[in-house]
Amino acid sequence: MPRGKKRAIPEVSSGSMADIAFLLLIFFLVTTTIANDKGIMMLLPPKVDPNEPPPDITKNDRNIYKILANSNDDLLVEGEPYTSSMRELKEDVKKFILNFGKPTEEGIELYSSLPPSMKSFINTKGRRDDSSDDPTECVVSFKAGRGTSYELYIEVLNAITAAYNEIYAERVGITVDEWLALDRSDDIQKDMYERGRQNIPKAISIAEPD
Amino acid sequence: MSKFKKSSGTSQDIPTAALPDIIFMLLFFFMVTTVMREDDILVKQQLPKATQLTKIEKKSLVSYIYLGEPKNTSLFGVEPRIQTNDVMVTTEDIIQFVNQEKDKLSEVERDQITMSMKVDVDVKFGIVSDVQQELREANARRVLYSSVKSTEE
Repeated sequence: MPRGKKRAIPEVSSGSMADIAFLLLIFFLVTTTIANDKGIMMLLPPKVDPNEPPPDITKNDRNIYKILANSNDDLLVEGEPYTSSMRELKEDVKKFILNFGKPTEEGIELYSSLPPSMKSFINTKGRRDDSSDDPTECVVSFKAGRGTSYELYIEVLNAITAAYNEIYAERVGITVDEWLALDRSDDIQKDMYERGRQNIPKAISIAEPD
Repeated sequence: MSKFKKSSGTSQDIPTAALPDIIFMLLFFFMVTTVMREDDILVKQQLPKATQLTKIEKKSLVSYIYLGEPKNTSLFGVEPRIQTNDVMVTTEDIIQFVNQEKDKLSEVERDQITMSMKVDVDVKFGIVSDVQQELREANARRVLYSSVKSTEE
């Protein structure tokens, strides 16, 4: 005892504080699941009214990009068996959407609103008569069989969505990742989102399997 | 050099006084980010990979549908099944499930309900399509195909 006088100092011992905190920390570490609520957003078509006959398809055949998948996970794109990678499918879809074969008035207006880089892309590759008329008209149709794996379904859907997103992003001059991160509750970003999508509808049709 | 030699005599202990504070900081981080798992998932869940992922804007609008091969094969068999909340359901029950979930939301938000489809990669598209038909029937048309970020590209 160095000191002669011994006084009881009222003090809570804090030595075990770290241990307690550690215990809690480990509990939360174990129970935590980092929320990964991300995915590909889709809007399903409204339900069919039994009293109304299904609407006639008036779309020109060249305005529909047909992708079929069978139960063996083989792809048929525009009537041809498809063996290339998904990246190429994305490029093909993109070329199809940005094709101005016989643009309508709306299409011409849309063309003049595009940035120069996209215009030059269209002028070199997007003037085919046998492909879509213009982006306002075209539809990408995807039909999977009942036996198609969900993995392939998502891959194809991802490729189609990627094609659209790349077009939208290029149109407003940002990268695809920035496009995907746009927060629609913010006015400036919402405006950008709407400018990107204006007149290029994301027309993806998912057909029911037979 | 002499400076180094001088200090060699002193004790080399790392001060641990700030340790509780550091641990507390970590603790608070995990407390804030923790989302307690609400459902006990009874089916296999290996989500597909994709690149074009969007975030859900409002969490309260989301309901989950799990599809996959049951983990407990002796009880539920090996065919892919649908799970909502904590129970296995059939396709006919989905409309009821959607309506229950819609009732939890306020009147204005009901049309914005988003169904997050958590589907295992090994599931065939047939059952997914059946679920989608029911969702159309139940007028819950916003669907999110839950997937993980692909590292490629």
